[in-house]
Amino acid sequence: MNKFWIVFSHTFMSKIKAKSFIITTALFLAFIIIMSNIQSIMDIFDQEEVDQVAVVTETDSFYESLDNSLQAAESDIEIVRYNGTLEKAQEQVIDGEYSAVLEITEQEQLPAAVYYTADMSSTSIESTLNQALEQIKTEIATNKAGLDPGTIATIYEPMSFEKEPIVAEGEEGSVKTEEELSGARGLVYVILFLLYFAVIAYGNMIATDIANEKTSRVMEILISSSSPVSQMFAKILGIGSVGLVQMLLYLGVGYIVIQQKQEELVGGFFEFFGLSETSASTFVYAIVFFLLGYFLYATLSAMLGSLVSRTEDVQQLMTPVILLIVVAFMISIFGLSNPSSQFVTIASYIPFFSPMAMFLRVGMLNIPFWEVGLSIAILIITIVILAIVGARVYRGGVLMYGTSTSLKDFKKALQLSKKD
Amino acid sequence: MTLELKNVTKRFGSFTAVDNLSLEIPENNIFGFLGANGAGKTTTFRMILNLIDQSDGSITWNGEEINYNNSDRIGYLPEERGLYPKLKVRDQLIYLGKLRGLSKNDASNELKKWLDRLKVPQYLDKKVEELSKGNQQKIQFISAVIHKPKLLILDEPFSGLDPVNVEMLKEAVEELGRSGTSIVFSSHRMEHVEQLCEHLCMLQKGKTILHGNLKEIKRSFGKKNLSIEADCDLDFVNQIPGVLKTTPFSGGMVCQIESEAVSQAVLEKLIGKGFIRKFELDEPSLNDIFIEKAGESYE
Repeated sequence: MNKFWIVFSHTFMSKIKAKSFIITTALFLAFIIIMSNIQSIMDIFDQEEVDQVAVVTETDSFYESLDNSLQAAESDIEIVRYNGTLEKAQEQVIDGEYSAVLEITEQEQLPAAVYYTADMSSTSIESTLNQALEQIKTEIATNKAGLDPGTIATIYEPMSFEKEPIVAEGEEGSVKTEEELSGARGLVYVILFLLYFAVIAYGNMIATDIANEKTSRVMEILISSSSPVSQMFAKILGIGSVGLVQMLLYLGVGYIVIQQKQEELVGGFFEFFGLSETSASTFVYAIVFFLLGYFLYATLSAMLGSLVSRTEDVQQLMTPVILLIVVAFMISIFGLSNPSSQFVTIASYIPFFSPMAMFLRVGMLNIPFWEVGLSIAILIITIVILAIVGARVYRGGVLMYGTSTSLKDFKKALQLSKKD
Repeated sequence: MTLELKNVTKRFGSFTAVDNLSLEIPENNIFGFLGANGAGKTTTFRMILNLIDQSDGSITWNGEEINYNNSDRIGYLPEERGLYPKLKVRDQLIYLGKLRGLSKNDASNELKKWLDRLKVPQYLDKKVEELSKGNQQKIQFISAVIHKPKLLILDEPFSGLDPVNVEMLKEAVEELGRSGTSIVFSSHRMEHVEQLCEHLCMLQKGKTILHGNLKEIKRSFGKKNLSIEADCDLDFVNQIPGVLKTTPFSGGMVCQIESEAVSQAVLEKLIGKGFIRKFELDEPSLNDIFIEKAGESYE
């Protein structure tokens, strides 16, 4: 057990201290901070620029309505009545005096507009103007038809559509409310992405680390001093802890950033993710399924890592693992909008899909405990089997140096660890 | 602290790598393992270290099996360099020392002693990949002995080293042997085995073809070497009964003779033919024995 901790702390420290780890983590943290402040950063650049648009029109009321509506919306666009000809105005756009020219003509009392611009690719000014004119047109048209503003408001008012669960007698409280569901959905999203990210990033790290030890042949010394099983798990836990530190850093920084912006966001951190209504049991399941999922894929990665003899071959062997997690991810994303489908139910018992699919069901549906228990039991059994097979492959695989990467290697490794 | 191998066999599928090997390696002794490439030396070592299981037979050390309970008392230097290329020498040796049950302080003290001893203290904070192959081998050697093992297994310890460093490591091995470490080492360089070992074992395609005390092996081999340097044509020596093989060189020849007595017959015939500058009777070298024994089993 003592040696387990030696390997564990060595793995943990060497990964945490690695330059690549520090740089990636720092970059990602910087990314989080920049993204959360992107609005303020963009504002800094945009401040001086107020877009002036020249308006050429013969109808005063159109101009006034447009000006009013833009001011009411506190838009960055400023319109200027241009009294010259359209050609003159266009020339002034080329000279840089105006950003664009808007020509508004009257057709059957309704406005029609042509937007002249030197920058055809930019659409932000154009769409603001378009929307404002659209409104003016609606107003004029409805006025013409003799409708009063109250009627118009009624037309545009959204219809009331509510969802209410049907609950059998005696089962009140067992059905999830809409708030609980959206909370669960948020948490499912978070866990799906975290697990996906963890498997891809840390699974790869484990496989690469083991392949490295094999390539440098230090493995032969390692397994002559301590047992392969304890080494394999020390490695899985060591890298898992590195991942935990990294994720906690991201979450911590994310939390602080969101806390700082609280005035803008209305509501706290948990509300931001829609987690304020989530029940404690869902949180517990989230942790259980995340950990089991990580162990399952990590054990598989460790086993595969011990099969290759060159670091270059790691990617090749990791492809099926990544495909598995992608499939699991797709099933769960599909399941989010349809959690009670047969498809998701079946997937929630298949080990490699169950961490995501079963958590999805637990979070979104009310399923009897035995179903969750069964799924967890299957997962644990699979992990144990993988660990036993993995340890044997590990012991044989580390002494095997070849170039091919195929199932044959798997058999060979098992054979090497056997007596005959 | 005897290491005992009894009827050890290792099969990989239909291929037999080690065939019915029985050995006894006494305590405080340097034991040599000889054999051509692929003879089964490394496989035997891996079985002793319990890295792979033997198909048949038993391996015991002081009557107990070797496993992770007593691995702290065993040192191992594998044939290929096995170190973390990107780790500094200090961190590397402390980690490997800790895995063999040393405390961090002890490992740190021991490694400094050894680096001084092998005249490479300047590499303490260098990455292993920056060192030359020979210096890497020294670090590898330290990793095998840092925890003062009772049983030390060295697989081709002197390969890739220049003569000065070979001497340095040989001295270290001898001293460890004197201080009570049982050492098993393999080599295909006969002179290393001759200089270091009292006991040896010769493997050929997984089978023992020689086993025992070095002096006894030489004595029981019977044949001797005779080197002659003389100013005359030496071809006639071939005709003398009891002369088995001759290898001429400029100004002389080395011949293998059946027994000591034959040398006198050769001398008699030689006298009067010319000026004799050298006439020397030698023990056979291990190399001769190896070639002969290995050759026999090829036929």
